[in-house]
Formats: sequence, C-alpha cells, structure tokens
Amino acid sequence: MEFLLHRYRNLTVLLLVIIAQLLLLAYQVRGNQEARLIRIWAVTGVMPLAHALESLRAGTVGFIGNYVALVNVRQENAILKKEVGRLKLENHYLKSELGTAERGKALGVFQQTSQSRTIAARIIGTGSGSNSKVVFVDRGSASGVQRGMAVITQDGIVGKVLAAYPTASQVVLITDATFACGVVSQKNRVLGTLKGQGHSITSVDHVQNEEKVEVGEWFFTSGDDRVFPKGLPVGQVKIARQGKLLQEIYLAPSGLEQGLEEVLIVLEGMHQPVPDGPQQPQALHLLPAPPQEPGQEPDANRRGLTTDADRLIERYRRIGAAQKHTFGEGAPGTRPPDFNVNPDAAAHAAPTRTPVPPPKP
Amino acid sequence: MTLLGERAWKGYRHERSGWWRPALMVLAPVAAILFQVYIPLFFRHLTYLELPLLVTVYFSLKRRNPTHGVLYGAVIGLVQDSLSSNPLGMHGIVKTLVGYFAASVSVRFDVENPLIRFLLGFFFFFFHQFFYWVLARALLGQELEFVVGQTLLFGLLNAAVCVPLFLLLDKI
Repeated sequence: MEFLLHRYRNLTVLLLVIIAQLLLLAYQVRGNQEARLIRIWAVTGVMPLAHALESLRAGTVGFIGNYVALVNVRQENAILKKEVGRLKLENHYLKSELGTAERGKALGVFQQTSQSRTIAARIIGTGSGSNSKVVFVDRGSASGVQRGMAVITQDGIVGKVLAAYPTASQVVLITDATFACGVVSQKNRVLGTLKGQGHSITSVDHVQNEEKVEVGEWFFTSGDDRVFPKGLPVGQVKIARQGKLLQEIYLAPSGLEQGLEEVLIVLEGMHQPVPDGPQQPQALHLLPAPPQEPGQEPDANRRGLTTDADRLIERYRRIGAAQKHTFGEGAPGTRPPDFNVNPDAAAHAAPTRTPVPPPKP
Repeated sequence: MTLLGERAWKGYRHERSGWWRPALMVLAPVAAILFQVYIPLFFRHLTYLELPLLVTVYFSLKRRNPTHGVLYGAVIGLVQDSLSSNPLGMHGIVKTLVGYFAASVSVRFDVENPLIRFLLGFFFFFFHQFFYWVLARALLGQELEFVVGQTLLFGLLNAAVCVPLFLLLDKI
C-alpha cells in the first residue's frame, strides 16, 4: 500500500484535492451554506488592493484634471466674476418667482415620490472568472449593508447584495444567470419573474401566452420578492413572442445601460406605485418659452406648441374666447360654439353669440 | 554587456532567485487576480483574459512537479471562487486539473519553445472553459451557454498573451 502511494504520489494528491473540493461543493450546495471564512480571507486580502488601485486612479485622474483646469484660469476667473454678478441679480428674481409659483408643485411631486433610505457606494472590482456577473462595492457591513439588500441607480435596478463583508460587499448583477426578482409590466400589470441570462439581456419568465406584453413596454419591480421596493424601473421590452406554453420576453436592463461606477444600496426600501405614464429614461428639463417681442404676432410655435393637436386646442380656445363660450360648462344638448368661424376675425368683430339654453321638454 | 558585468548580473540573479522566485509565485497570481477583478471595470472585453489560469500554467510548467501543480492550481482556483458568486470549488477543481496536466506535460515537452507555449496556452484555456461548463451543468445545474467559436477565439487571444507573459515571468 505504502509502495503504491509512493509510486502514484502525484495521482493520489490529485484525487485527494479533487475529492476534498467536491465535498466542499456538496456541503455548500446541499446545505445551502457557504464556506464564509475562506471568502472573508480572500475578499479582505484582495479588495483593499483593488480599493487602493481605484483611489490611486481617481487621484491621478483628478490631479491631471486639476492641472489642465489651471491653464487659462486667470482669464476665466475675470469672466466668471462678471458672470457671478449678473447671475446674482437673476438669482434674486428667480428665487422670488420660484418661491411663489413652483413651491406647491414641487411639494406635490415630492409627496408623490416616496424615498427609500439609501447609501451611495462605488464599484471597486468585478467578480473573478469570465462567466461571473458580480461586482464589489466599497461599502460593507460596517456601513450597515446586509445580505439581500437591493442595489439600484437612478435609471433602474442593478442587482442585490450577495454577501456583505466588513469593508466591501459582493453584488450580484441582474444579468447573472442565478439572479431572479419579481416584476410587473407598466400597461397591463402583467406579473413575471425577471431572470438573468449571463449576458446583457435579461428575460421575464412565467408570463402566460394569453397575457398582453408589447415591445417597448416598461417593466417595474413588483415588490413580491421582498428585496426590491415596488415601482423601480427594470427595463424595456426588446423582444416579446409567443412560446410553447409561456411567452418569451427579453428586456434590456435600464440600470446597466449607462455603465456602472456608483450605485445606491437600499438600506430601507419604500414601495411606490408603478407609474402610469410612459417611462422616460431621464428627466428632461425644458426652459419656459422666451417672452414675446413687443409688436410681434403671437406665434404658436414660439409658445411651445409644436404638434397639430396643440395648435388645434389653441384654435378652439380662441374660438371659445371670441364667442364667450367656456368649454366644460353647459348641460348636454346645449348649442356648441361655431367652430367654422375664423377666431381672429370673430375676435375683431366682437361677436355676442351666447350658448342657447336647451329646449325645455 | 562586458564579461565582468555579465558575471555580476548572473551573480545578482542567482543570489536573488533564492527568495525572489517563491515571492514571485505568490505575487504573480495576486496580481493576476487583481487584474481580473479591477481592469474589466474600464475595459470590459478584458474579462476574457484568464490571467490566473495562465499564471497557473506557467508555474506548473516551470516546476515540472505535478503535486506542486495540483496544490498551486487549487489555491488559485479557490481564491478565484471566493471572489465570484459560485460555490467554492468550481474554479478550484478545474485549475487543479490544469495544474496537474501542465506539470505532467512539462516533463515530456520542451516548454521553453514559444510555439509550444502558444499551443499549451490555447489548449489549457479551452480545457478550462469546457470543464468549467461541464461542472456548472453537472454539479450546479446551471444552464450556461458554451459557444465553441467564441471560446476558440478567446483561446487564441489568451494564447497570444501567454507567450509574452511567460517570457516576462522568465525574465523577472
């Protein structure tokens, strides 16, 4: 026996090491437990190096950026001082305007949008292995991060915390083959299960063929998984087709479209309703239309009326004003205003037509 | 370089190799894993550069000792597993086999030849990816895709990287 072991020493070591790892695998898979100690050693050993590299990179980029910014700084400073003076005056005016007109609106928006308690984190590394769809963030259990917490960006969900270590956390991305969460479609409230595919597209499973899902439709988190708060955007449907039993639906995840650098970890989630309107990838701020020049004819396009529907509404409003008719008033059967008159001519002629009361039965 | 300078350089290398080679055996895989963890943040396509595998192959070929290759591959694979979402042992088993076969091959071939190194780099990458896929399906029940064409292409890329990398590790 000893002779055999000595003669086949290499093969024996190979078998022993493989059997040991198979037992370790079986322990983890069957008991659904993990050898956490080994992971802590590895993460604690490698992640500080990745963190140092990232700090070095950010510092170097910042230093070079600052150096480049110093060129022509004196000239820019003089221009900016003038600009600041002008902006201060404008700011006083805008503050008073905002305080009166926008306060109520802003408050309403704030009340409608519930806020989850989150913590910002920076991506400091990816998972090892070419098939891996996990990343490491620089916030760990010391910052209150726990396993199972949702990770999001302003554009959508990103993943969930797979393991929280003291100084870093491992986040499994929604594109990972093991990822799943509950989702609901925006239009018809079709419930499904989002699953990662191991590449950039995710699928929505468990949707019956009879249920209606359209290409371009948005999916949001349903909150059923108890990980993601309800109402967070997930992605837009790219492919939706009938399958043998269930539909085949593929989404482009919106949270990963802009790349990952900084994310939010949801410490305390707040469910919010799934929005009814079309989902905008990013809020677009539009300035109000510029004031009308004195003596200039009112132009529909200058007031921001760009579609035929807008122009039609404006025409009806002017027709109503010319005929002293208030839309939305009057019982059914009352005589409507004459929509065939030219509103400009009618306004100059000062018509006195009034709605005729309905005939009494 | 003069004869005196060459002797001094050889003497320095000989003196340094006493502690440097073991240190390099630790530092190289750490650097390889760090590369694999950090660099793909900025260059996504470099995910498919399996530097820990190449380092395992290199040191297994160099030491020509299968037992050493087994243990070396197992440790690097387990560290890789610790930084992935999979259970510990997946990369460990695959790299254990890679380490064993690489060390066994080195006994029979001239592994200093760049062409042989290129072929070995290609073969072991393909073996690594295929065996990982088999294990993921058989042991974890994961339905991973195995795209042969893509794997062959990445195998060629890894083989192309392994030749200068091995040369660099020879020199330092």
